[in-house]
Amino acid sequence: MIKENDRIFTNLYGIEDWRLKGAKKRGDWDNTKNLIQQGQAWIIQEVMTSCLRGRGGAGFPTGRKWSFMPKDDGVTPRYLIINADESEPGTCKDRDILRFEPHKLVEGALLSGFAIGAHTGYVYIRGEFYREAEHLEAAINEAYEAGLLGKNAANSGWDFDLYVHRGAGAYICGEETALLESLEGRKGMPRLKPPFPAVVGLYGCPTIINNVETIAVVPTILRRGGAWFAGIGTSDSTGTKIYCISGHVNTPCNVEEEMGIPLKELIEKYGGGVRGGWDNLLAVIPGGSSVPLLPKNICETVLMDFASLAQVKSALGTAGIIVMDKSTDIVRAIARLSKFYMHESCGQCTPCREGTGWMWRMLTRLADGIGTVEDIDRLEEVTYEVEGHTICALGDAAAWPVQGLIRHFRSEIERRLNVQQVA
Amino acid sequence: MPKLVIDDQEIEVPEGMTVLQAAEMLGIEIPIFCYHPKLSIAGNCRMCLVEMEKSPKPIASCAMPASEGMVIRTQTPMVKKARQGVLEFLLINHPLDCPICDQGGECDLQDITMAYGADSSRFEFNKRAVPDKEFGPLIETAMNRCIHCTRCIRFASEVAGVPELGATGRGEDMEIGTYIEKTITSELSGNMIDICPVGALTSKPYNFRGRSWELSGTPSIDVFDAVGCSIRIDTRGREVMRILPRQNDEVNEEWISDKSRFAYDGLKYQRLDRPYVRGKDGLLSPVTWDEAFLAITERLHHVPGDHVAAIVGDMADAEAMVVLKDLMTAIGSPHMDCRQDGSQVGEGPRCSYLFNTTIAGIERADFCLLVGTNPRWEAPLINARIRKNYLSTGLPIAMIGPSHDLGYPVNFLGNDPFILEKILKGRNPISSALKAAAFPMMIVGEEALRRKDGSIILSLARQIADKYGFVYKTKPQDHWNGFNVLHTAASRVGGLDLGFLPDPKGYTAKEILKAATRKKIEVVYLLGADEIDMSALKSTFVIYQGHHGDRGAAIADVILPGAAYTEKSGTYVNTEGRVQRGLKASSPPGEAKEDWKIIRALSEKLGIQLPYNTIEDVRSRLVKVNPLFDELDKVQRAKWVEFNKEGDLSPEPFKSIIENFYMTDSISRHSITMAKCTREILGREA
Repeated sequence: MIKENDRIFTNLYGIEDWRLKGAKKRGDWDNTKNLIQQGQAWIIQEVMTSCLRGRGGAGFPTGRKWSFMPKDDGVTPRYLIINADESEPGTCKDRDILRFEPHKLVEGALLSGFAIGAHTGYVYIRGEFYREAEHLEAAINEAYEAGLLGKNAANSGWDFDLYVHRGAGAYICGEETALLESLEGRKGMPRLKPPFPAVVGLYGCPTIINNVETIAVVPTILRRGGAWFAGIGTSDSTGTKIYCISGHVNTPCNVEEEMGIPLKELIEKYGGGVRGGWDNLLAVIPGGSSVPLLPKNICETVLMDFASLAQVKSALGTAGIIVMDKSTDIVRAIARLSKFYMHESCGQCTPCREGTGWMWRMLTRLADGIGTVEDIDRLEEVTYEVEGHTICALGDAAAWPVQGLIRHFRSEIERRLNVQQVA
Repeated sequence: MPKLVIDDQEIEVPEGMTVLQAAEMLGIEIPIFCYHPKLSIAGNCRMCLVEMEKSPKPIASCAMPASEGMVIRTQTPMVKKARQGVLEFLLINHPLDCPICDQGGECDLQDITMAYGADSSRFEFNKRAVPDKEFGPLIETAMNRCIHCTRCIRFASEVAGVPELGATGRGEDMEIGTYIEKTITSELSGNMIDICPVGALTSKPYNFRGRSWELSGTPSIDVFDAVGCSIRIDTRGREVMRILPRQNDEVNEEWISDKSRFAYDGLKYQRLDRPYVRGKDGLLSPVTWDEAFLAITERLHHVPGDHVAAIVGDMADAEAMVVLKDLMTAIGSPHMDCRQDGSQVGEGPRCSYLFNTTIAGIERADFCLLVGTNPRWEAPLINARIRKNYLSTGLPIAMIGPSHDLGYPVNFLGNDPFILEKILKGRNPISSALKAAAFPMMIVGEEALRRKDGSIILSLARQIADKYGFVYKTKPQDHWNGFNVLHTAASRVGGLDLGFLPDPKGYTAKEILKAATRKKIEVVYLLGADEIDMSALKSTFVIYQGHHGDRGAAIADVILPGAAYTEKSGTYVNTEGRVQRGLKASSPPGEAKEDWKIIRALSEKLGIQLPYNTIEDVRSRLVKVNPLFDELDKVQRAKWVEFNKEGDLSPEPFKSIIENFYMTDSISRHSITMAKCTREILGREA
């Protein structure tokens, strides 16, 4: 359970003023100059100490990512990019940060930009986030007017400019290298790695790309110390996290909680319980649409952190919790997700381009109860032919939900095939 | 030099190499589709996945830099499964219409499926249907077969320099195309057919004409420009079915121009397949060889030797030229020229008429000055090399002459020969760049050399080369010579090397024509020369020896039917001075004969009887005339010796010499494909 004064996003529900004045009241931009004057090494060290892991889904340690930046040669520019292309179904945390806590992000951008030696930052924001982009732009303008951005930002002696770039609504542009392509004006298709963006990124320069939530928690970590952050949550997943609870719960919401909180507690306490009571629960997708679902028996006990969810062959992902009660046609639900990944595949590499459509077609047929038991095996085999063979993680993201379905609900698919055969 | 282990074999490779290349060095085969050694790395087909120790996922070997301590395995069950999976994905939406596909038999997808694929399909749905695209008169598309490797896109934007191709749509709806339907405007577009690993892009003129296993391939040399590309002539019976490039990294890498590739259908039309003699009625009538020779001997007996002249055309082989030269000498004629276009080059030492930098050497240059040339049309493959250097190093290129779109940015200095004088005096903005360059090069083209003041421009260019250090020794064995002449005729350097030039009292091509109008020349022997002003020869006795009923044959009094370049074994010297030999792929039509044999037979009738009976004899004669002909396929560097000619520059601007890239000679003028290109790509009447 989170302590009330450990909450970072105190205006997550937009009750207070999101503008600069309100943000300052909540402690944002409080002596930012002082933090910067502690130096780049100190900031990176504090972030390392906090064991902050990226909040965009993959959970890569942020401090480690920053330390991959090559030595500053004084000539090559470096860039900070904030990934606000939040498009994962079931996830809506960045959206509320952009709406109600934009100054946490702007301040975090300055501090992180300084830490990695970047004078320029870009926020790549999802095209559909129109109002959110407006809020963010307003916050950035306020910051410029107050001297918190631009030349000698916040009187720190560091120049930092922050630009907003609106995407055109492709899911794939949330993949960091596709985002770079899109930002450079090309078709959003992931790049080959290596080289990693920290070495060869935007316009070929060293670039750090972080999720909105990751950057927005940096100022608080620096104010309260990395050790404070590391003291919350589990040893492997530290700090607080915004969970997005949606689906068949009585009160869907975003909530900031400790890492490692039991899934059941989140649903019962903040989601107002499963529609029709806990026993009406069928399954939960715990980390946004791309992670394998968990059936009810696992949901009883599982904790919401990176290690615990990996242990039950799922993942924390973006912590977008999709609750499905027994009224759900689970096969059709996952088939719909398959369709989403087919639609969003960029088409660049073979397994994803061809495999996502095949998986969707097979799953749709199985959802109708057409086919044989061998078709289930074939579908599962195809998911493993896609997984791990693609340029980016979209192939994995398309394969995992189907694998989760077959792992936990194979009997349901088989039941349908039998019904169809009898009829 | 990183050391790595592939399949338990250790190998040390140069920095920057990929795992795939390292495996290739060890002779380990990794299947590929999207990777192409001459294009950038895309890594999108995922066929080359291999296992790397400490990596949970297989890696794309074409994109992974080989680094110290890597342990790679290419034959594990994981790799096998990955390959099978990728291949299955490629095939589910592939139409498998191999029996009606022109790529059948030489298709990467077929070959790799044989080696790594499953025996049957597990895909039970309808296959994707993709509308075919219209890319113009050369490339036929069957986009259902496309596997989205993007080789064609990368070729167009990288090598050809025309970023006209791209992918639209996303996921399985992704399509390769030109965005808005249009004809591809590159002169190198045919190479996309070769690099397409499947049958999505095939040759339109060759469409459904033959199967690859019915063809026999003959290595040869291209004659449509002076680059001397290595080609393979594929024939079925006597018919040339298609022409493909052969890899030759020193000359054409693996590309050829569209004219070299597609003009072969011109070999079927308007051919001279029997001798003709113009009768008293003024009409040409077919005769036997003996009658044709008789007509010539009768005429030559009444004409003094110095009233006979010979001009050779742009596609003549060295063998025919040396025999004709010997014949002219025996007759006693000093009037012969291999420069039918009046180019003012070749009288000087060898270094004054060669592309001294060599084509591969272009890649070392760090400054390029173009003087009166349009390399994109005069030598598309030299243009591709310049672009290659520009892409990798940002080579600065400056140009004097009519402004041409070359496919890379050019600093256009103006169309005025006096700019050369300014550069020489250091009074041009590029003077300082030239001074700073370590490997400067200059290309003087025919636009400059065909002018009246051509030789003076050449001398000016030489002075610039001397002043700015274009020619020097770097290391004992290594020279840099940045002075280049770009010829357009395949026969030209060979002719110059053989001295097919007027004697001191002889006439040049232009003078021959002038003398003909004054009856100083009464008999002209044209060896495939079609690009001269035929009206000057109205009252002259013209012997035309060639393969096409083109301009020369139209005014001829005797026509001797010769062989085209595909129908004889011939030696050609390219603009670099590289002696190359093509083999005979088919036989000449009808009664036509190989050119040297015709001249040799004629000499006998004239009572001269040249002393050779076989092609080997003729080739020993070549070596005797110029020992350079002894060594094939190598560039013999020319010594940098003095040449100079004083004179006044003409203020006239340079004029383009090629009006239509697709129709420049007697073969391409009779090609239907080239006529279509003229209409559809250039938008002109053919």
